[in-house]
Amino acid sequence: MDNALAFGAASGQAARVDAVFLLILVIGVFFFFLTQGMLIYFAVKYRRRLPGRDNETPAITGSPLLEFLWILIPSIVVVVIFYYGWRVYTDQRIPVAGATEVYVNARQWLYEIKYPDGRTAVNEIRVPSGKPVKFILSASDVLHGFYLPDFRVKMDMIPGRVTSLWVQPERPGSYQIFCTVYCGTGHSNMLARLIVMPPNEYAAWAAHGEGGAGEGKEHEPLAVRGERVAKNAGCLNCHAIGGAVKIGPGWKGLFGSNVLLEGGKTVTADEEYLRESIVDPGAKIVKGFPNVMPTYKASIPPEDVNAVVEYLKTLK
Amino acid sequence: MAGVGDPEAGGGGKGYLAERGWRSWAFTLDHKRVGAMYLWTTIFFFLVGGVFALLLRLELLSPQARYFSDHAYNVFFTLHGSMMIFLFIIPAIPSGLGNFFIPLQLGARDVAFPRLNIASYWVFAAGFLVVIGSLVAPMDTGWTFYTPYSAKSAAAVTTLSLGIFLLGMSSILTGLNFIVTIHKLRAPGMTWHRMPLFIWGMYATSIIQVIATPVVGVTFLLLAAERVFGVGFFDPSKGGDPVLFQHFFWFYSHPVVYVMILPAMGIVSEVIPVFSRKPIFGYKAIAWSSMAIALGGFLVWGHHMFTSGMSPLANTIFSLMTFFVAVPTAVKVFNWTATLYRGSITFEAPMLYALTFIFLFIVGGLTGPFLGALATNVQLHDTYFVVAHFHYTMMGGTVMGFFAGLHYWFPKMTGKMLNEKVARAAWALIFVGFNVTFFTMFIVGVRGMPRRYAEYLPKFQLENVISTIGSAVLALGILVMCWNLLQGLRKGVPAPANPWRALTLEWRAASPPETENFHEIPVVTDGPYGYGTPKGPVA
Repeated sequence: MDNALAFGAASGQAARVDAVFLLILVIGVFFFFLTQGMLIYFAVKYRRRLPGRDNETPAITGSPLLEFLWILIPSIVVVVIFYYGWRVYTDQRIPVAGATEVYVNARQWLYEIKYPDGRTAVNEIRVPSGKPVKFILSASDVLHGFYLPDFRVKMDMIPGRVTSLWVQPERPGSYQIFCTVYCGTGHSNMLARLIVMPPNEYAAWAAHGEGGAGEGKEHEPLAVRGERVAKNAGCLNCHAIGGAVKIGPGWKGLFGSNVLLEGGKTVTADEEYLRESIVDPGAKIVKGFPNVMPTYKASIPPEDVNAVVEYLKTLK
Repeated sequence: MAGVGDPEAGGGGKGYLAERGWRSWAFTLDHKRVGAMYLWTTIFFFLVGGVFALLLRLELLSPQARYFSDHAYNVFFTLHGSMMIFLFIIPAIPSGLGNFFIPLQLGARDVAFPRLNIASYWVFAAGFLVVIGSLVAPMDTGWTFYTPYSAKSAAAVTTLSLGIFLLGMSSILTGLNFIVTIHKLRAPGMTWHRMPLFIWGMYATSIIQVIATPVVGVTFLLLAAERVFGVGFFDPSKGGDPVLFQHFFWFYSHPVVYVMILPAMGIVSEVIPVFSRKPIFGYKAIAWSSMAIALGGFLVWGHHMFTSGMSPLANTIFSLMTFFVAVPTAVKVFNWTATLYRGSITFEAPMLYALTFIFLFIVGGLTGPFLGALATNVQLHDTYFVVAHFHYTMMGGTVMGFFAGLHYWFPKMTGKMLNEKVARAAWALIFVGFNVTFFTMFIVGVRGMPRRYAEYLPKFQLENVISTIGSAVLALGILVMCWNLLQGLRKGVPAPANPWRALTLEWRAASPPETENFHEIPVVTDGPYGYGTPKGPVA
């Protein structure tokens, strides 16, 4: 996967990023030769040939037409580049349905992997090929990064916040993961692999699992654990799971829906919104509900918050 | 008084350098002496920062840690960045050359507030002493100080923050002084559109310094408060937001790249017409594009944070704004190039460095869209591509502009001429070394090598070795240049008042200028670049 000049994308998404790169490269090379060519051509052509004949130059002070053109043309070019870069980026950021989810938590200086069914691993993520994969990213201590060079994407991993990233790996193989946000002494050793397996091999591995570095299995899947946490923490006293409305907003079908807030804004109920609503309930108040929920920041640890969110996803 | 076109007259005296003894420097009210002190200080830190860069390149010869521990490497890149940014590139041109030449170019006897001027030097000195004091527990956070790492690090982050707070204070005072000077002390007849373009660049720079620097000062105070008193501004475990720090930091640190580049662009705008014997092409476009860059530069800080979890909408707006800041910069490049057209060009060292500025800045500029476009930014952010782009604009741009200014104004500042042959040899080494060092970083960045890596995958070794070889050539060139400057200072032939036969007012003063600059304040009747013949070339 490590071609000399990076091209050799590992997904269709990455190939589209390479297309943006190539477009900018072609435009850049054109303007490079145009501007450097003019610079060098003028410097050579108009070098002083006879000493002393130096005040015989024309007193040209400018040209409004040229100024207009070289404001207009670069403006058009940059808008084109902006648009293309934005288009590809937006498609990259819109989450796809049906993605395999993997929780990745970074700490100095390793990646802790957790699959929704409860399996865990360190520094090695296994996913099936041909299916979108969504990485749900968090950090325990300082900022970290999650960079998949073969897929041309990266995302920062931020303590106290959930970010996410998705890719669609098409070819089985082993791909490099780098930490890209400086995180202290071990930063350059904070490496991991994304192992993309053919779907049948993946299914076999997922069924009886062990084998990779630091892999293990917890007793219960994340959603089950989340259900238990939610019950123990008293969430269900105020939040109904069956579609009724109690003191707080109901949970049925909440994940992925659009939520109308006090003040008229709308947010999508994604992982980060739900996480925030658990640890900082006053930050976004759902329209029509009182701001009475206490914070669970101290009482539900971050990995249990993830489990509750995973549980919410099952309430369709 | 030496007139224009009378290059032999008016040199050889001691001018402002006549008085001796440390008191004559420490308590001076002369803007030229203050400028000279800034220049010595900043060049010293440039060399120290350069040594750290060479240590980094040395370590990167091998993929595994060989000469230094990973921690030592992290300290070196932090010190390289912090010293180069805060102690060299921000103050060098504005406070050094700017202090020296703003009053001279305006036809004034000094800056508006001479006492404030020397005070700002001493605040600067206090700042760098505190920064040096922080070396007891050297910083390893990177020059960006990102929280929560910087809030938790055992290094002397608090001390360094206070040092940078003081440096920022000095920067604000200098900026304020320059704004008032440019408004109030222009020579009779010097309207805004008759000001030299270096003054326009410095005016735009000063505005940024006064508006943006307080933000970084406050940010570092908040960081210090978090570390000392445990107030949770940025640490999420105390209810803070680490990304907020990035917003604050880049709200200053993005505009500040224009503090670094605009004065250098001003120098290039001075040098190109003088050595082409042509009026500058598009004076007003160059002047006002500086202002456009200064103001637009405040609206694009988010492009440092496209992968920080900001909303896609915010990213979109920042990306679009970023592309529009590129346009006024392109306008300057086109105008400089057009100035060469039908000129009568000579290639003394100042001109070589000015042309090099344009050449390298074009490369830096054309690699900007890769980082401004969202899709490719997400790929290239935090890789060596960014390191290469940054060094092409800041070292290829600002530092080359600074070298152009040093060589251009050396006769005026010292009253001595430089050895031109040695200057050109140094330039050639710097040009080759720079490109070998930094162009390879574009390639290794596209191949995926992240920045700030003490150790790296073996597949990136070839590029790193080439880059290290380039850095040795670059360092040799800079050594030769420094040696030449020192030789010129010690035994250069006396400089005439106007060796380049330039038309801006500083060349009407003696070389070196008298303490009061001008015996009589000059009266300005025309623009500063009236080269060439209005009717076209004489056959």
